[in-house]
Formats: sequence, structure tokens, C-alpha cells
Amino acid sequence: MIQLTAITRIFHMGEQEIRALDHIDLIIASGEYVSIMGPSGSGKSTLLNVIGLLDKPDSGRYQLDDRDVTDLTETEQARVRREKIGFVFQAFHLVPRLTAAENIELPLILAGIPPAERKIRVEETLHAFDLSKRAQHRPAELSGGQRQRVAIARATILRPTALLADEPTGNLDHRTGSEVVALLENLHHAGTTLIVVTHDRELGLRAHRRIGMRDGFIVADEQ
Amino acid sequence: MKLQDTFLFSFKTVTSYPTRSFLIILAMALGVAAVVVLTALGDGARRFVIHRFSSIGTNLIMVLPGRAETAGSFPGATMGQTPRDLTLEDARWLGHLPQVRRYAPLNVGTAELAAAGRLREITILGSTANLLPIRHMQLAQGSFLAHGSQYSAQIVLGAKLAEEFFPDGNVIGQHVRLADRRFMVSGILSRQGETMGFNSDEIVIIPINHAQALLDTTSLFRIMVEVRNRSDIPSAKQAIRELMIQRHDGEEDVTIITQDAVLATFDRIFRALTLGVAGIAAISLAVAGILIMNVMLVAVSQRTDEIGLLKAIGAPGSDIRRLFLTEAAWLSLTGAIFGFMLGHVGSLLIRLAYPELPAWPPAWASLASIVIALSTGIIAGLLPAARAARLDPVKALSGR
Ligand SMILES: Nc1ncnc2c1ncn2[C@@H]1O[C@H](COP(=O)(O)OP(=O)(O)O)[C@@H](O)[C@H]1O
Ligand SMILES: [Mg+2]
Repeated sequence: MIQLTAITRIFHMGEQEIRALDHIDLIIASGEYVSIMGPSGSGKSTLLNVIGLLDKPDSGRYQLDDRDVTDLTETEQARVRREKIGFVFQAFHLVPRLTAAENIELPLILAGIPPAERKIRVEETLHAFDLSKRAQHRPAELSGGQRQRVAIARATILRPTALLADEPTGNLDHRTGSEVVALLENLHHAGTTLIVVTHDRELGLRAHRRIGMRDGFIVADEQ
Repeated sequence: MKLQDTFLFSFKTVTSYPTRSFLIILAMALGVAAVVVLTALGDGARRFVIHRFSSIGTNLIMVLPGRAETAGSFPGATMGQTPRDLTLEDARWLGHLPQVRRYAPLNVGTAELAAAGRLREITILGSTANLLPIRHMQLAQGSFLAHGSQYSAQIVLGAKLAEEFFPDGNVIGQHVRLADRRFMVSGILSRQGETMGFNSDEIVIIPINHAQALLDTTSLFRIMVEVRNRSDIPSAKQAIRELMIQRHDGEEDVTIITQDAVLATFDRIFRALTLGVAGIAAISLAVAGILIMNVMLVAVSQRTDEIGLLKAIGAPGSDIRRLFLTEAAWLSLTGAIFGFMLGHVGSLLIRLAYPELPAWPPAWASLASIVIALSTGIIAGLLPAARAARLDPVKALSGR
């Protein structure tokens, strides 16, 4: 369960103060499928980064699975990220010099899993995401949809409880985008909490719970 | 992240940027090779000189007339009066000291050598039979000055002179003239080349009394003393000094040089020199270190996206730091190993080109250069690694 209480995140641009998140209160239960929509600059990405422990709020509390994770050290936060969170980005963020298989293997290496087990799990995942034929290809040799599939495979190989996707279809055409969404929804059906930030109304409406944001506030929250 | 995986991952990174890695490794390798080769040269020169100097004899003490340095307490105490001669009589007394195995008095001068219709100015050495064993000289033919032959007119020729004057090779028993005296050739020295200032291939050796008469002097050039044991050297030196002071009316007017002291001085000079060139060569290691730092800093900014991503999927800053440090370590270690091999090949080539120069790289220098290379690389990696570890993942991923 994700529980945010009065979360505020302020950026400074010279003299100017930008409240990217302004006293956000939000509870997301395990296994929910949530979309976050709103105009550009409304704080969607910042909210996702705070939930994913990639960014620290300036004030407020964050409780993840009944544990207060607001003041964890950098190393502890990294650990929580590794074990509970999976990120999917608009720009894929694959490591260009590594093959698809190696990109998918990264979280396993970071988690200190022995090579033999890594090999098996990578192969399983490649198979599950229909990427076996592309295992030895580098990102530059993959299509956008394939790249995002690799990124999702990487984000989920450690079976995180929450999958955070920031505009996952933003760089894809409509058809590939739909395939990627279907993939994410499959993972949600398997029990993962799914939070998707999107510009795409149609995509946003597919979620069971839709959150609207504007100027760092939550302005809508419909089931 | 396991240490083993860290090393593997950063190794893969190193191989993913071949040109960049090759250039850094080359710079590091050249630095290490420079240290290895230059220390090999320095140490080779040291061994060469020490060997040459030890080959003139062992456990030697040389007694020279006159004081080399002014006496500390009474500067100029002996000034104005010429030092007393060092005489054959002094040498004979010296020979009675218990520590002394043998001694050879020495006179040096020049005279005209005439034989078989040829004439040439040459260096003559006056001495006794003991000179041969003391100076480790070798004969090519015939015999050296006989014991007790101070007055007999024997002469030993340097190898080159023998060839020059008697090209037909029939030398032993022939007569030659030195100034206006007749000598009979008793032996020929084997070729030795230059040793400590003399080219012993172009000298002649005659009995000491003949030499003194010929050169019209009673003062010796020096007395060479060989002591029984190495451990006797200090006490022998002391005994010689006391004996000479006593024989010279309480005046300390001889200089006593031990071969050990000269060797030690040479040794020290050459070691300092070697260290000096090693230090200069080590500067190139520092330059390679700066290169590594620069390239790693560039790598951090080139790989911000990757660093941000690694953090997003759960890498703590410490993992990132270790990845960059091990990358620097790989680069410098590979450079050091190649440099080590390059340096040893270089030293081998020098030894092949100059067989008389024992240019072996000293173990300490090889070890030190590798340790310095590795630590320079890691130190150079510290700043970039810290910068990478501190990178804000949100900014890194958004390209802000
Ligand atoms: N690192 C940052 N430095 C300064 N301003 C930032 C930073 N990150 C986000 N912002 C600002 O915070 C606001 C919210 O940004 P963001 O969460 O990225 O919006 P969205 O994802 O909804 O487009 C924007 O005004 C953005 O300019
Ligand atoms: Mg955004």
C-alpha cells in the first residue's frame, strides 16, 4: 500500500519557487490500477518519482507497505526501489552498449543474484515478453515497441509490488502503444499495482481509478 | 551488487569503448615502461661500474702520498710543506702488518719504447711480482715479473704493444729498449681494455727499482695493499695510518682509500641517479593519471542516463562509485601490466644491443611502478566516481 500524507516538493528556478507537489494526500491500495492525467508541468512525473523513491519530498510523510520510507538513507531507498518498485519511462532508458538480455539482467546483478540463476530468469523473462529472438540485439537494433518491452521486462524481472510507468506510450505509435498497454495490464492482472502517467485520454480512461492533477494539486480522483 | 559482478560489469564497459580504453592504457603503459627501462639503465650502469671496479682486485686498500683533504682541526696545517715521499721502505714496513696478505708498490711514468726498429712513447708501470695477483691481471704468454726481481731487467708488455712491436708473434725472450736501458720480455698481458683510467693493453710493466731509476724518483705513485679478509679492512686501514704517521715523524701525510669505500660511493651515486630517473619517469605516470581522471569525468557526463537508470532500478550510490573506480582500476592495471612487459622487452633489447651493460630492471622499480600506476588510476577515478555516485537520478533521467 502506498500512503502519501501532505507531500510537498518545491523546485527553485532562480528567484522563482515552483510547487511541483503541494500537500498531496493519496492512498493507493495494493493491486490497484491507477492513471494520472493532467497538463504538462502539473507535477505528474514528480509524483511518480516521489512514489518510486527516486525523489525526496521537502515535507510530508510517505508510508510504503506500512513502513515509513520518508527518511530512509540513500542506500536503504535504493534497496526498497530494487525490491518493490519497477520504473518504465517514456524514453525507455536502455543501456545502449548492452544487449536486450543484458539490459534485462541488470536488476538481477544489482540484487546480487548468482549468475546461474540470473541466466535462467533472464531466459524465462525473454520468453514471457516474446523477446527471445531479440536477446542478443542492442537497443539501436530494436524497434520502439521492442525497446519498451525490454524496459518493462527489466522493470518487472524482480517482481516488484508496484509498477510505475511515466508516459510509457509517449514515444510509440498508436498500435504499438496499445500492445504495450496490454502488456502492462497483464502484469496488473497478475497482481502488480500499476500506476500510469499519461497524456492519452483513451489510455487513461482504461484505468480503474483516474487521478487528475493541476499545479501540484490533485484535482480529481474518480473510481 | 557483488564485487565480482562489479569487476565484470566495469570490464565490459572498458571493452565497450575500445579506442578510448586503448589510448588510456597506452599512456599508462608508456609511463610504466619508462620507469622500468630507465631504472634498468640506471641500475645497469651501476652494476657495470661496480663490476669494473671490483674486477681490479678484492679487499684492496690504496695508499697515496699527500693528504687528499685538509685536516679538519688545523686547516692548512700541512700547507707550504710538500708531503713526505712515500717510499719503498714505507711499503716494506706495511707488508709486515698482520692484516696484509700482500702489497705492490707502484710507480707510473712515460718513456720511449724501442724494439724491432720501432719507437713509441708509452706508459710504464713499475711494480713487483705481487701486482699480478693483487690486480687480478691475466697473462697471455710467458711469465710475470719474478719474485725478488726488483733489479732484473724484465719487462711485461701490454697485449696491443706486443702485437704492434712484434707482429710475427715471437715475443718472449726478445729484447727491447726503454729510454737507454735494455729489458728482456718475460710475458705479455692478456687483453683487458680500459680499466679505471688505464688501458692496460698499451702499458709495460717493469720491476720497481728499474722504474724508479728510469723515472728518476724515489717517491711511489701509490702502494696497493690486499688485506687477508674483508673484515680486516677497517683495522688494516687504521694500522696503516698509524704506521705511516709513525714513520713520517708524526705527520699524517698519506691518503688511504679503501676499495669498499669507493665502491660504496659509486653505489650510492648510481642508486641516487637511478632513483632520480625513476622519479622523472614516474611523472609520466601522473600524467596518465590525469588523463584517466579527465576521460572518466567525460564518461560520467556521457553516461548520466545510464547512471540515472541504474539508480532507478535500485543501485545505491556506493555501487555506482565502485563501478567507476573499478573501471579506472582496470584501465590502469591493464596499462601497468602492458607497461611492465613493454619495459622488460625494452630492457632485454638494451641488453642485447649492449651486452656489457647488465640492464636488468630492479624488482623494486617494476613493483613500485605497477603500484603507483594502479593507485594513480584509482585516485584519478575517485573524483569522477564520487560525482557519478552523487548524481540526482531524476535530473539524470530527464536530461535536465
Ligand atoms: N529538477 C527540477 N528543477 C526545477 N524544476 C523542476 C524540476 N523538476 C520538475 N520541475 C518543475 O516542476 C513542475 C512539475 O514538473 P513535472 O512533475 O515534470 O510535470 P509533468 O510530469 O506533470 O509534466 C514543472 O513546473 C517543472 O518545470
Ligand atoms: Mg512528466
